[in-house]
Amino acid sequence: MSNRLNVLKTCKLYIGGKFSRSESEHYFQALDKKQKPLANLCRGSRKDLRNAIQAARKAQAGWAGRTAYNRGQILYRMAEMLEGRRDQFVAELENAAVTRRRAESEVELAIDRLVHYAGWTDKYPALFSSVNPVASPHFNFSIPEPTGVVGIVAPDDNALIGLVSLIAPVIAGGNTCVVVSSEKHGSIACTLAEVIHSSDVPGGVVNVLTGFRAELVSHLAGHMDVNSVLSAANDPEQKKIIQENAHLNVKRVHFYDATDWMKEQAQSPYYIMDFQEIKTTWHPVGT
Amino acid sequence: MSEKELTTHQNLHFDELWAYDPAPESPDYVSIEPQYQLFIDGTFQKPESGRYIDTVNPSNEKVLAQVAEAGKKDVDKAVTAARKAYEGVWSKLPAKERGKYLFRIARLLQERAREFAIVESMDSGKPIRESRDIDIPQVIAHFFYHAGWADKLEYAFPGVRPKPHGVAGQIIPWNFPLLMAAWKIAPALAAGNTVVIKPAETTPLTALKLAELIRDAGLPPGVVNIITGAGQTGVDIVNHPGIDKLAFTGSTEVGKIIQKAVAGTDKKYTLELGGKAANIIFDDAPVEQAVEGIVNGIFFNQGHVCCAGSRLLVQEGVAEELVYKLKLRMETLIVGDPLDKNTDIGAINSKVQLDRILGFLTEGVEGDQKIYQTKCNLPEKGYWCQPTLVENVSQSHRIVQEEVFGPVLTIQTFRTPDEAVNLANNSPYGLSGGIWTDKGSKIFNVGKRIRAGVVWANTFNKFDPTSPFGGYKESGMGREGGIHGLLPYLELS
Repeated sequence: MSNRLNVLKTCKLYIGGKFSRSESEHYFQALDKKQKPLANLCRGSRKDLRNAIQAARKAQAGWAGRTAYNRGQILYRMAEMLEGRRDQFVAELENAAVTRRRAESEVELAIDRLVHYAGWTDKYPALFSSVNPVASPHFNFSIPEPTGVVGIVAPDDNALIGLVSLIAPVIAGGNTCVVVSSEKHGSIACTLAEVIHSSDVPGGVVNVLTGFRAELVSHLAGHMDVNSVLSAANDPEQKKIIQENAHLNVKRVHFYDATDWMKEQAQSPYYIMDFQEIKTTWHPVGT
Repeated sequence: MSEKELTTHQNLHFDELWAYDPAPESPDYVSIEPQYQLFIDGTFQKPESGRYIDTVNPSNEKVLAQVAEAGKKDVDKAVTAARKAYEGVWSKLPAKERGKYLFRIARLLQERAREFAIVESMDSGKPIRESRDIDIPQVIAHFFYHAGWADKLEYAFPGVRPKPHGVAGQIIPWNFPLLMAAWKIAPALAAGNTVVIKPAETTPLTALKLAELIRDAGLPPGVVNIITGAGQTGVDIVNHPGIDKLAFTGSTEVGKIIQKAVAGTDKKYTLELGGKAANIIFDDAPVEQAVEGIVNGIFFNQGHVCCAGSRLLVQEGVAEELVYKLKLRMETLIVGDPLDKNTDIGAINSKVQLDRILGFLTEGVEGDQKIYQTKCNLPEKGYWCQPTLVENVSQSHRIVQEEVFGPVLTIQTFRTPDEAVNLANNSPYGLSGGIWTDKGSKIFNVGKRIRAGVVWANTFNKFDPTSPFGGYKESGMGREGGIHGLLPYLELS
């Protein structure tokens, strides 16, 4: 046994490609599965949320403007970085929530899920586009385009795979996002932000907040510059609040609270399509 | 922008010099009952509410008929009938048989097309040329198109199994009364749902005629229930716990109320809401064609079109010439009797809507706005609004930001494509947009950057059942038409 003292990590918010403390300087304590103090996490404020949304908006056009090929490579790079930190995530998951065996399979599945979506970026548009045989002399086609800025409310269980399963299809489709992580597993979200940061994902494409969900979701769902909200938190009251606030600017709302992300099948291009808009273009055919 | 005078000797001035002889479509051919009941469970039933509302011909203010106003109990009866039909009959029917009913409806509509067109023009005020050549043919095409989908749904969505939601509650507006009914009913039935639909209170007659036709087609009772009423009837449909899926077309304001009302329920919903489309004319556009496109974009259906090209954006170099030619062309538009085949612009749908439009042109005028209206003669009775241009507007003006839903076009100029895109997207809406240029690469560049569900390039206001329609942002969610329009009526597993 070494007498060496471990160096602990300071967990921060991840906004616009930078790790920063909450502007409020408020914190809360995360506990491990034995209810012992695990880390002090930033208690993200409404102002932090607004900053994150602003960063996401700023990054959106550029991210959507990347080629599908490039976005695929960057998602694959995320998988590479996660693979490199496999042991760290297994240890953190085991410490925070689950058995070692379960932690191992969760990390493996999370890596594979990123690879899965990396491969979709340049395929889903072809699958879900159409050339429409209109009965007039026009060329008419429909293609998917990203919805824009997506607010993601992370589930309380499946700390890593849940988060990855929500973020990957959203960004694969050219959206940017603001993630409100689970109170229970904020530290895993912080470490995932480090993976994202080192994966060539442009700053602002994924923003990760820790904090109290109840303080943040109504503002996330009510913000006029967020186009869509996705929640996997199983909380009927918060679902209602999200939907009520979403009406302010006709946000697209999706609830994935009944999905078991540990299932192999909990991945498909339809998750990408939930955050796509269909644009139809007409042009006359003439001489 | 310097002003060239529009004089009659150098221009075509149809109203005064070349008056057309009237060419009215005779309404004698159609029969309208004095009173209509609710179509529930395959029969016409008197409303439990005991209430009726008048529907008025907006071109002469005469009452055409009374229609029932469905109350809460009536809505409940309709939803119960739809549920029973879904569970007992419709969901058990082989898909191809479902399709055959839709084909049959399409064919019956073809046979009665002219009758529907006349009634549509009488009840809504739209010109017979539009109801006859656009609305009703599109209605028929919509049923015909979706009929074919009924037994092919698994091909539309790779890798998953589609199944219907159950009972669909549908609320539609008054601008394309029967066409909106077709947009709602046809995909819902093709996907295997049953329907409770409410037409708008000012335009219920063609939907009620459709109810007769559906009964005559032998569709199993309860598969389609058509109930008339006003806003409260709509509220009762939205809040009914037996509705699995809601589809609404109408204003953004009401769409938001619906979205809020379904919070905390598992109801699926799609919204097709308002718009404030930019019609962008670049200096390399074919000007004469662009003028036709602008006219069609804003004056089609009296401008009662959610995707109307109501904001004209013109590149500076061509602005003067274009506006001059646009005014000349506008002077030739004939406003008048909707049943006259010469009419270009019919009656405004209702007094309420006319007042709303005129509000923008009277007390709503801001800054140095300059209003140009054509010199046409308006009939004495009825609700009318001349084709109108509003110049000297700025982006923050209400008339630029809000949906007027009438024959009113604002004009702004721009210098660069970037500026045009910024102006176009500076709106909470995102339903449609127009681009006029001879340069293909510019179409793709600008078309990609416009945040709207439909982009018309060198054309405007074109519709087809195979072509998905619907908005970005506050113009709604979900698509109608095409493969993408099936999705809202299906659950994928």
